[in-house]
Amino acid sequence: MDMSSLPKRVRKDFPILQREVHGKPLVYLDNAASAQKPLAVIEGQREYLSNYHANIHRGAHHLAQLATEAYEGGRRKIAEHIGAPHTEGIIFTSGSTDAINLVAQAWGRTNLQSGDTVLVTQMEHHANIVPWQMVCAERGAQVVPAAVLEDGTLDLDDFKRLLELHQPKMAAFVHASNTLGTINPVADLCTLAKAAGATTLVDGSQALPHLAIDVQAIGCDFYVATGHKAYGPTGIGFLYGKQAQLEAMPPWRGGGEMIKSVSFDGTTFNGLPHKFEAGTPHISGGIALGIAIDWINGIGTPAIAAHEQALVQHAHAALGTLKGLRIIGTAPHKVGVVSLVVDGLHPYDLGTLLDGQGIAVRTGHHCTEPLMQHLGLESGTLRISFAAYTTREEIDRTVIALDRAMQMLS
Amino acid sequence: MSASLITSRQNEIIEEFSLFDDWMDKYEHLIELGKDIPAIDDARKTDQHLIKGCQSKVWLAADETEDGTVLYSADSDAIITKGLVGLMVRVLSGAEAKAIAEADLHFLDAIGLHQHLSPTRSNGLASMVQQMRLYAATLAARRA
Repeated sequence: MDMSSLPKRVRKDFPILQREVHGKPLVYLDNAASAQKPLAVIEGQREYLSNYHANIHRGAHHLAQLATEAYEGGRRKIAEHIGAPHTEGIIFTSGSTDAINLVAQAWGRTNLQSGDTVLVTQMEHHANIVPWQMVCAERGAQVVPAAVLEDGTLDLDDFKRLLELHQPKMAAFVHASNTLGTINPVADLCTLAKAAGATTLVDGSQALPHLAIDVQAIGCDFYVATGHKAYGPTGIGFLYGKQAQLEAMPPWRGGGEMIKSVSFDGTTFNGLPHKFEAGTPHISGGIALGIAIDWINGIGTPAIAAHEQALVQHAHAALGTLKGLRIIGTAPHKVGVVSLVVDGLHPYDLGTLLDGQGIAVRTGHHCTEPLMQHLGLESGTLRISFAAYTTREEIDRTVIALDRAMQMLS
Repeated sequence: MSASLITSRQNEIIEEFSLFDDWMDKYEHLIELGKDIPAIDDARKTDQHLIKGCQSKVWLAADETEDGTVLYSADSDAIITKGLVGLMVRVLSGAEAKAIAEADLHFLDAIGLHQHLSPTRSNGLASMVQQMRLYAATLAARRA
């Protein structure tokens, strides 16, 4: 298929792409922070709120039944999309951060003892570092990072060395880096970690919008992702867990929905997935995330991945023509993320001047401060990131705008 | 007296920026200002004077004079932030402490750069203005 035809086909689905910013047509290249929403997702939420809103699971009435079916339908779509063997293995959370905190607390407090290790990597988002630090501080355990090589790939030798050295109880790593774009060989990492006796968690926040995911092929114990980076709403995401792991974990938050029966003599808890879903959930979010996944599958992850791969290559080549510009993260396998720095210029200045030309990018450390320290990039990077609707022309416009910004600043 | 000093300096800046309709021209001017502003003494570019924004660093030093006015100097590692910081210093430095603490800073709004004062811009400017006011207010209270 002709990759340039993909944005042509899908851009009409995204009303926001029609707008202007500072009098110029919007070029939205901050997709790794959050993707824009297709009409189907916007309409799906509106449809729920205007036609069948009710609290789910308990109501003895028609609307409650419709809402419950739609919400549970969202869960089923996620399970199918990522190849989960059981729908009950999908726990709705508010996002990846929430999902990792759930595992860190419910699994970590049961399984981590004094002297234990949680192995992460230097390219983790803070969401896959801080929850582990918190539970480790409480349990007297430690968080140890595996190194990242110069080109932004994971240092596999260091990963193996640390597995052997520390025999970690948990190995938690990112599927695709939000700062570098690097796609990690997660199935291999899980095999290695498992052989060393570790439980595994994969942070798929940047994978869900770009790649086909098969949790059984990956072989992880836990997989987390967020909805809003994958064309869905904010405030909704999920945790996938192997049934035996989830069954063995105590509930984390208490309240309604997660109980079987409550008395002041003692409370018994509900089964999966409800055991981990205390309180009224983000119903419209769960429904609309299912619709977003339908939208992704309507195009197909192979087509999206190929399109973004072509954009990354184009961006690397086009940006390479600008003097003094350095691309940070040149791993052979990348999602649609390109980080860069320009000698002597502050990323914040460049980002501000791109904004002035209608181009939305992200600058700074991208919630990966340890990685920035490791790479010696004190002021962070400027990051452009792609989606199914991103065009080559938008990248070309960005290169011209960046050239102008560089001239203004030097 | 000092209040009108702050007002007239703001009006001067508003007039200066009224020459630019285009967003980019405005920034071009801001960058030029950023380049021209005398940097803070390197000796004072210490952690003690650092206001950590999320992205760009800002250093601010304040000195009181015998007649109750405050002299500020400031710097940033990002040029656009430095231009903005320089405008703040230009408006407030040398004014009376009490007038600084109570100043109605409307010029950023008027020249269309108010978004830089929003905490979400994480450039340290909002914290810097807070620090400038706090220093002046403390000084004014001590002298009262």
